[in-house]
Amino acid sequence: MTRQSFTERSFLAKNPSVLWFILILAVFTLGVTVLSEAYGVAFLSTSFVKTLGKTLCLCLVALAMDLIWGYAGILSLGHMAFFALGGYMLGMWLMYARTEEIVVAALAQGGLPATPEEVRQGIAVQIFGVVGASELPAIWAFAHSFWAQMALVVLVPGGLALVFGWLAFRSRVTGVYLSILTQAMTLALALYLFQNDSGLRGNNGLSGLQNLPGLSDASQDAVSMWFFWGSALALGLGYVLLSWVVSGKFGSVIRAIRDDEQRVRFLGYSVEGYKLFVFTLTAVIAAIAGALYYPQAGIINPAELAPIASIYLAVWVAIGGRGRLYGAVIGAAFVSLLSSWFTGGRAPSVPLGFYTVNWVDWWLVLLGLSFVLVTLFAPKGIGGLFDLWQGLRGPDRKGAPLGPDDGALMEKEARE
Amino acid sequence: MSALLEVSGVSVSFDGFRAINNLSFSIGPAELRAIIGPNGAGKTTFMDIVTGKTRPDSGAVTFGERSVSLLSMSEAQIARAGIGRKFQRPTVFEDQTVAENLTMALKAHRAPWRVLFWREGAVDRARVEALAAEVGLADALPRKSGELSHGQKQWLEIGMLLAQEPRLLLVDEPAAGMTLAEREHTTQLLVEMAKTRAVVVVEHDMDFVRRLDCKVTVLHEGAVLAEGSLDHVTKNQQVIEVYLGRG
Repeated sequence: MTRQSFTERSFLAKNPSVLWFILILAVFTLGVTVLSEAYGVAFLSTSFVKTLGKTLCLCLVALAMDLIWGYAGILSLGHMAFFALGGYMLGMWLMYARTEEIVVAALAQGGLPATPEEVRQGIAVQIFGVVGASELPAIWAFAHSFWAQMALVVLVPGGLALVFGWLAFRSRVTGVYLSILTQAMTLALALYLFQNDSGLRGNNGLSGLQNLPGLSDASQDAVSMWFFWGSALALGLGYVLLSWVVSGKFGSVIRAIRDDEQRVRFLGYSVEGYKLFVFTLTAVIAAIAGALYYPQAGIINPAELAPIASIYLAVWVAIGGRGRLYGAVIGAAFVSLLSSWFTGGRAPSVPLGFYTVNWVDWWLVLLGLSFVLVTLFAPKGIGGLFDLWQGLRGPDRKGAPLGPDDGALMEKEARE
Repeated sequence: MSALLEVSGVSVSFDGFRAINNLSFSIGPAELRAIIGPNGAGKTTFMDIVTGKTRPDSGAVTFGERSVSLLSMSEAQIARAGIGRKFQRPTVFEDQTVAENLTMALKAHRAPWRVLFWREGAVDRARVEALAAEVGLADALPRKSGELSHGQKQWLEIGMLLAQEPRLLLVDEPAAGMTLAEREHTTQLLVEMAKTRAVVVVEHDMDFVRRLDCKVTVLHEGAVLAEGSLDHVTKNQQVIEVYLGRG
């Protein structure tokens, strides 16, 4: 008994949630496939399959948020910016390649074969006519190459996170100040992208992303399923990767940083290095999730980077349960699906006689209220139900403070 | 015997208040030393300076045979160089098990990438078990350290310090809040540790210092007031005034 808890047992034996998660995800994916229009009995509409696929991407970004917030205690309000940047990077290739097809087809009708210069000019006018420009901005230099843009999906958000994180963590900005700083970064990025000369079509954003270049014959029914499978695969891999990251000594160290970073320094660990590592890793995961999300949404614009999006992300993770990976997934899936049900106008209004509660307006109030209630009365979130089920109890801290960082705050509050 | 840690002419002030005033101190590679002094004498600030938490305004702090200056190093670098610190209030990671706490402290590569791919081998496991046995926590390895008693947490922290294999240990009031039996055990641990490394114990409790039976440095208003055996310093007129005169 004494030795068993930390002696050699396989990764899966130590992390039973991984097997369960993969099993449930596989059954879910299979179920949706069987019920889809493209490959099954057409019970689920293609738009609903897209909603489910997008939800899987949101679950993936919630996993990243849980690692940075739930485990490392850094409340980042910028991860949806990395998510959107990932979407923009892949969106550039989708839009460019798709427009290229259209332009080439149009020019072919003119009789003479089009020169590359004419094609390039045609693409520029097609994409940028809407913001009054006729030249491709320099940042579109690699837009013709799928692999280059795929690399940028990782490099641009990862690079931004690396530089921003290095500056912020090196100055030992922590807690709520760091949250404000990340939020400012998000807002600045959104405001920049809203400009017409930002090179990414201003507030029009990128559109038509649901059409895959070179596959114009494929129906959206099939494309939606491909992206659904891709999203499910990414979520499964992300879950295994992050479970592995948090399971070993690395996980111990980042949880220790959350609870008392000064003590971790005296153990000889460079706290700033660990924070930067986690910040960048989660930014890259968020970007990959975004690159899978926006082709399913079909459109991306700077409103996606609004700070509120990142706050929603924090709310999902808090409601699902911080500090456990499946909690983040449950929170993101549950709250985002419920949200689209309420705001989609399908929830029945509640007539009170003197006033009718219209859920499209009142959903946000309900969400805010649940967030406050969960924070105050169930800091472990929905994931805490699994503890009740297993009869586990947290350690009695006898009122000892958990540490100076805000990541530890809620458990402390819960005891008060 | 050359000194392991050499603090010379160090001063630091906070908002005009001189917490440390031209302090000089040195300790050899295998020595037990007690630092005593009334409240506000600068005991904690002294430890903060050595561990890199506070930067002195002037003076030099050097460590090791090659006399490396600690002043330009971060807390983590100083810890890696071989200086361990135990806080007054036990600071272990309460949400994690005793085994996890000890494993984290084990001497090993500290860079994120190395830690990410680090997996526990038989040697590490044996080391963790030996350390736990040494501090009397062999049966508590799978327990969350938040569940331990106050004294057990102190020992766990000492175990974590041993796991770091430091050459110099700074221990802040190790006996505070301990029962008599626990104090006995702690004394043994400290004396044992000082056989192979330098140990500096900051303590209020004269009785505990007497048990340690080692050289004593008396701090007062940020400077060394007296140094020598406990009997020697307690006969010192200035020390008597500082301790008794101020009530």
